[in-house]
Amino acid sequence: MGKWTRRGFITAGVIGGGALVVGVALRPGNRNDKLRPYVEGPDEVLVNTWLKIDSANRVTVIVPHSEMGQGAQTVLAQMLADELDAKWDDVSILEAPAEDEYANYALGYGYLFGGMQVPEILVGTLTGLTLQAGKAMHMQITGGSMSIRTTGEYGMRIAGAAAREMLLEAASEVWDVPVEQLRTDQGQIFKSDGSIAAPYSDFAAAAGEKTPPYSPKLKEVSQYRLMGKNIPRRDLPAKVDGSAIFGIDVSVPGMKVATIKAAPVFGAVIDSFDSSSALTLAGVERVVALDDAVAVVADSYWNAKKGLDAVDIRWAQHENSSIDQAAIFEQFESAIDAALASDEIEPEVNVGDANAALAHASSILDVTYRTPYLAHACMEPMNATASVVGDTCEIWVGSQNPLGAKHAVAEALGIPAENIIIHNYLMGGGFGRRSFYDTIVQAAKISQQAGSPIKLVWSREEDMQHDFYRPAFSSRFQAQIDSKGQPVAWRNLFVNKGEPHEAPHIPYAIPNVWIGSVEKPMPIPTGPWRSVDHSQHAFFTESMIDELAHAAKQDPLQFRRALLQDKPRHLAIINRLEELSNWQQVLPEGHGRGIAIHECFGSIVGQVAEVSVRDGRLQVHRVACVADPGFAMSPDGYRAQMESGILYGMSAALSGNIEIQGGAVKQSNFHDYPSVRMATSPIIEVDIFNSGAPTGGAGEPGTPPIAPAITNAIYAAVGVRVRELPVAKQGFNVA
Amino acid sequence: MQITINGQQYSVDVAPDTPLLWFIRDTLGLTGTKYGCGIAQCGACTVHLNGAPIRSCVTPVAAAQGAQVTTIEGLAQDGQLHPVQQAWLDLQVPQCGYCQSGQILSAVALLETNPNPSDEDINTAMSGNICRCGMYSRIRAAIKQAAGVQMFDPAVEVANG
Repeated sequence: MGKWTRRGFITAGVIGGGALVVGVALRPGNRNDKLRPYVEGPDEVLVNTWLKIDSANRVTVIVPHSEMGQGAQTVLAQMLADELDAKWDDVSILEAPAEDEYANYALGYGYLFGGMQVPEILVGTLTGLTLQAGKAMHMQITGGSMSIRTTGEYGMRIAGAAAREMLLEAASEVWDVPVEQLRTDQGQIFKSDGSIAAPYSDFAAAAGEKTPPYSPKLKEVSQYRLMGKNIPRRDLPAKVDGSAIFGIDVSVPGMKVATIKAAPVFGAVIDSFDSSSALTLAGVERVVALDDAVAVVADSYWNAKKGLDAVDIRWAQHENSSIDQAAIFEQFESAIDAALASDEIEPEVNVGDANAALAHASSILDVTYRTPYLAHACMEPMNATASVVGDTCEIWVGSQNPLGAKHAVAEALGIPAENIIIHNYLMGGGFGRRSFYDTIVQAAKISQQAGSPIKLVWSREEDMQHDFYRPAFSSRFQAQIDSKGQPVAWRNLFVNKGEPHEAPHIPYAIPNVWIGSVEKPMPIPTGPWRSVDHSQHAFFTESMIDELAHAAKQDPLQFRRALLQDKPRHLAIINRLEELSNWQQVLPEGHGRGIAIHECFGSIVGQVAEVSVRDGRLQVHRVACVADPGFAMSPDGYRAQMESGILYGMSAALSGNIEIQGGAVKQSNFHDYPSVRMATSPIIEVDIFNSGAPTGGAGEPGTPPIAPAITNAIYAAVGVRVRELPVAKQGFNVA
Repeated sequence: MQITINGQQYSVDVAPDTPLLWFIRDTLGLTGTKYGCGIAQCGACTVHLNGAPIRSCVTPVAAAQGAQVTTIEGLAQDGQLHPVQQAWLDLQVPQCGYCQSGQILSAVALLETNPNPSDEDINTAMSGNICRCGMYSRIRAAIKQAAGVQMFDPAVEVANG
C-alpha cells in the first residue's frame, strides 16, 4: 500500500488497537510492525513512522532529529501538527529510536525524486570527507541545517497532511457526508454547518484502511496556524529546573565511571604503561588499555581521574610528532605556489578567462589568507555510557547520528547491529562534533573489557585535544580592478577542497572568475564545524571583496550592491542591512563598521559589525544581522540561531586557535581556547526577511559572515587588514 | 562530615579533597550541576555556598562542611519556579541548556545582592559563565526582566531561619 510522491513514500495501514497508520516512509513497504515495540505504548496506535494517536486523541510526533540546542524537535512537531490541524496542547514529541526505518538519509532521496540534488552536506557530515555508500543508509543525522528544510518540508508536513486527508475520507464514509462538506480544526472533524463534530481518534481505525493520497495538499502560507509562529520550546522547562538529562547525566544499574587519555600525538599508540600506583588508589577498579588510549574505571569520575593521573604511560614514537603548525601553513602555501606554477588544476569555477585577464594586468592584488584549526568545545564534554553483555550492547549517549553510532559500534565489537540498542539523550552542544562515534566506540570497548556498564566521561582537556577539528586552510587570491574601479578578474586557489563544494563561490558579477583547489592532506583529524567549510571561505571571500572595494576607493556596501544587481535576495538584504546598521552614520575615531554577506544551507545572511580599537583593545559593540531563510518556521527560534551562530563564529574569529605542536594539540581548556563572555558579547539585532524562497537552514548560516564582518570593521576602524585568524594572533587584545 | 544541600543533610563519605561537584553529581545523583572544564573557567558547575556563587569543580567538599549549598534543583519552591527560572522560560533563553544551571545560579546570586543591576554589574557577575550557544543577550534580558521581582534564595532563607 502506498505510493511514491515527489517527497517520499507514503505508507498506510492499521495496527495495534485498530487505527490509522500513515507515514512518509523511506522505502516502499510498511515497517511499522517492526517499530511498534520501540515507540508504541499501551492504548496507543502508531499512526506512521512520524505520528501516532492514542484513544484520548493525543498526537505524538516522532522526530528523527536529536536535540543539541537548536529547538528543531518543537518546530518539526509544529509543522506536522499544523498540516494535521491538530490541537497543539494535545501534541507531544518523541525522539525516534535508532532504527533503520528512521534513517533520514533517504529523505535526501526525496530530493532526487523531486528532481533536486541530494544535499552534499548529508555526504560531508558522514565522514567529514567523502560519502561511503555502505554507510550512507545508516544515517540519522542532525546536521547541515537540515531538520526543518528536509525532514520538516519533505516528511513532517506530508505526514500531517496525508493523515488529515485520510481521516476526512473516513469521516465522510461514516457520516455519509461528502468530504467537501467537512472541515478540520484542533484535532476535530466538523460538518461545515456545525451539526456534527467528533475527534480524530473516532476515525483512526477506518482511516487506516484508506489508500494514502498520492500527493496530499499542503497548506498555503495564509492557512498556517502553527508554522511561522513563536511557540515555546518543549525542551526548555527541564533545562531551567535542572531536570534535563544529557548524555553525561545518565545512570544505569551497576554502572562504573571511566575517564580516558588518548595518545597526544595523532596516530600514536601505547608503547607501555604502569598501572600499579593507580590500582592502589581508593575507588579505582581497573585500568583498561585500548590501542591508542588508556582508561581508568572507578566508582566515580573524580576517582577515575585521580587514577588516570597516576598511570605512567609511555607512548610509542610516531612520525607525526615532527608536525608543527607553522610547517603546516608552509606546506599548504608551497602546494598552492606549485599548483599555480604548474597550471594543471581543474577549476571548480571557471567563468570568462581569469588567467588571461590577470596575465595582462599591470597591477594585481595578490594575497594569502589563513584560518586555523578549531575545536568545537561543546559545553558538555564528550561522553557515552555502554553496557556490553555477550554479543549485545546498549548505549546511552547524546549523538547527532545515533543510527550511525549503532553501526559503528557493531563494526568495532564485531556484533550484529540488531543486537545494539541506542538511547539518545540531550546534547550539551553538538556543532558537528557529535556526529562522530569515537567516544561511543571507546565506551563500548571499555565496557566489554571491564564486564560492567561503563559511563565514559572525557576531561575537558581530552575533549579539546582529541576533537575532529575545523580544518586549517590557506587560500590565495589574485584579483584586479580596472581604472573605473570595476573588478575584472578573481582567481582563488586554496588547499583541501571540502564540503559543501560551493563554499568558496561568490555571488558577485565579476566577468572572469577562476576558483580551484589543491590537495595537501595533513594527519590531523578534521570534521564538520558549524557551517562546515563555509566559515573559512566566507572569511576569505568577504575579506577579499572588501579589499577590492577599498582598492577601488569605494564604500564596501555600495561596492557589493553594484555587483549584486542580478541577485535580488542578496540585494534586499544589503539594502535592509544598510538601514539596520545605520551604515551611513559617521562613527567616532577608532570605530569602524564592516559588512559581509554569505549564502549557505539555503539561507542568505548579511551582517554588519561595529567595532572599536583603542590602545590595541578590540571591542565588538554591535552586530546587525539580516537573514533570508525563505520562510522562518519559528521566527524566534530562527533569531536565536542567528544570535548563536554569530557568537560561535565571533569566539572563533577573535581567539579560536588550535595549534599543532609536535603532532599534538597545544591548547587544553577554556583558558587557552577562550570564548566570548557576557562582558565581550555585542548587542545583536536580527531582522528576518521571509522572501518566500524554499525554506533555508537556521543552525549554520549565521556563523560564516561574522568573522569577515569583524575584520572588515577593523580595517575601517584602524586600517589594519587581518588576513589570518584569529584576530588575537595579530596583536589585538580581545579579552 | 555533614553537608546541607537544598535544605537536606547528607553525610560525606568521599575523600575530603573531592570537588563538591563530583559529590553532588556522582554521589548524590543531582545531575543539574554540570561539569564543563574542571578549572573554574566556564561556570557550568556554579552552585551557591551560603548564598554566594562558587565553582564547585574546584571547591573541595570539605569546604562546604556545615554550609548551606543550593543547586539548581533547590531553586524552585513548592513547585513554583524561582522568578529567575521563570524569566529564563519567558524569554526562551536556553538552547542546548547545558550551561544554564550555572547561569541561573549566578544570576540569582547577583539579584540577591543587587536587585537592580546595571549592564556593567551584569557583565561582572556573569562573565565567569560561558555559553557556547551564545545566548548572552537573552540572559541579560532575562536578568533585567527578573530584576525588581522579589528574589529569594532558599539557602539564605534557611540560614536566616
